[in-house]
Amino acid sequence: MTQSAMQQLYQQIILDHAKSRNGASAEGLPPLEAAGTAAGASRGAASPAGAGSGSRVTESHQVNTTCGDEVTVRIGLRAGESGGSPASAGEPADDVVIEEFAWAGDGCSISMASASVLHDIVRGENVATARAVLNTFREMLRSRGTIEPDEEVLGDAAAFAGVSRYPARVKCAMLPWVAFEAALLAG
Amino acid sequence: MARPLTDEEVDRIRNDFPILDQLVNGHPLNYLDSGATSQNPLSVMEAEQEFYEQRNAAVHRGAHTLAFGATETFEAARATVAAFIGAKADEIVWTSNATEGINLVAYAFSNASLGLGGPAATRFSLGAGDEIVVTEMEHHANLIPWQQLALRTGATLRFIPVLDDGTLDLAAAAGVIGARTRLLALTHASNVVGTINPVAELVALARSVGALVLLDACQSVPHLPVDVAALDVDFAVFSGHKMLGPTGIGVLYGKAELLAGMPPFLTGGSMITTVDMHTAEFLAPPQRFEAGTQRISQAIALAAAVEYLTETGMERIAAREAELGQRLVAGLVGIPGVRLLGPPAGVDRIGLASFDLAGVHAHDVGQYLDEAGIAVRVGHHCAQPLHRRLGVTASTRASTYLYTTTDEVDRFLATLAEVAPFFGVKS
Repeated sequence: MTQSAMQQLYQQIILDHAKSRNGASAEGLPPLEAAGTAAGASRGAASPAGAGSGSRVTESHQVNTTCGDEVTVRIGLRAGESGGSPASAGEPADDVVIEEFAWAGDGCSISMASASVLHDIVRGENVATARAVLNTFREMLRSRGTIEPDEEVLGDAAAFAGVSRYPARVKCAMLPWVAFEAALLAG
Repeated sequence: MARPLTDEEVDRIRNDFPILDQLVNGHPLNYLDSGATSQNPLSVMEAEQEFYEQRNAAVHRGAHTLAFGATETFEAARATVAAFIGAKADEIVWTSNATEGINLVAYAFSNASLGLGGPAATRFSLGAGDEIVVTEMEHHANLIPWQQLALRTGATLRFIPVLDDGTLDLAAAAGVIGARTRLLALTHASNVVGTINPVAELVALARSVGALVLLDACQSVPHLPVDVAALDVDFAVFSGHKMLGPTGIGVLYGKAELLAGMPPFLTGGSMITTVDMHTAEFLAPPQRFEAGTQRISQAIALAAAVEYLTETGMERIAAREAELGQRLVAGLVGIPGVRLLGPPAGVDRIGLASFDLAGVHAHDVGQYLDEAGIAVRVGHHCAQPLHRRLGVTASTRASTYLYTTTDEVDRFLATLAEVAPFFGVKS
């Protein structure tokens, strides 16, 4: 048994996040329409959709069709300090803040840990920062092990560097990030 | 019960499968995914090569010597496959795979419901009030075509539930199959839990209400002796690539008198008699259902696979796989955290077993095993409703075939026992 290869893939950080599932709602997210009234059920739903031009709640559900893993990411956006508004669909302005981030999902340790790490990284950050991490993360995962992770930018997400050597698992690691990206763009 | 293949015989069989002799991640390949696709013996690959080297020509057209020879070989392959399952040659329709075979039957019903096929096809015509019955353990291939047929025709889809032990609820079946039932579509053996369904009992229920029966034989024909005439099913489908043959070839068996009344599914060349600009007359089965240039080399290679299985002996293969299935089950239930899906030890099953490992997702189980050279299937195995019924979203499946050694099963079990500790799951 080449334990070292397995340990390189399944870094302790990944195994820990797969268990802690930061930001996850174990019982699933309440329906988006009702989210505003289900106080406390989901942090990500604190700002109801359509509550005004200063905030927006969106979500995206993504499924990995090869294995059935699924993740729903729901984010609450609020206007940035320079006045960037999140009110309409499309890429929000750089200074828009991802104030809330909640997710629910079912899947392998890679996808679940990835969602947990994503939550820790982008919650409270502005869109420009989140976008930079997302792009760096995607580039690392597509590199087939050729890119050394930039820990400055990636933080805990650098632990997924080993996943890039397993093309079949890149989708697992990307799943919540794809959901996050789609939620950013969603109306 | 026939004498199972011995370990020595299996070792000799393995010499015919060059792909098995390789290292994966530094370990001897331990291929336990034959339920998804089986490996090909040399004789199958040689049959395909020999066809292309010496006989390749379009079949059922052209009057030259090569075309005549290709047609003869192609039709001999049909006869070989027919004999293998107790059918007549003209009851065998070549398809791309089992999925296409099921769709062919579903669209025959669909087209008949639109009035195509004339009076002979009225027995396939469905409408509101008619019912199609499937089971809760079906592969999506034997579920979605019937869902879609119900949507197109207004018929209702009903299902026979699965019990906690992965067997069909036969008491409920008697209530589900009734006067409105027009078709029962069920799997012979489950690709997930390995259950061998009591086909005779269910056929009898269907007969009592005048319903037709389609059998998904994808997991039975490769592993068990199957006689469609003895089973008295109306249709059966199976795939070449799960029975030592190539991909791209499947088989639909249909009783001759039923095929004769069915309107075609795919239409075009090679399935007609006379054509004018507005109408066409169709050939008799099986050609009526074989539009376009056929999968000639694949059909010939499949016949070579059938010959390999026949020479080895289906009874002996089945006995061997029954042993391996029980060995898998006995080992699995002894591993902390493993929940076996399907019938418990001692109950008949084909040579596969699926399980859930508490606290470790199937994908992670598969990754750990792969690192040790062990190939298993992870996920929902194209059977989401069955997984939902059993309370899991995904499972890991180890499936054997005639080339699987007992040592491979044991190494799989030993490696699996390492998985939960590796992921820090305490049991």
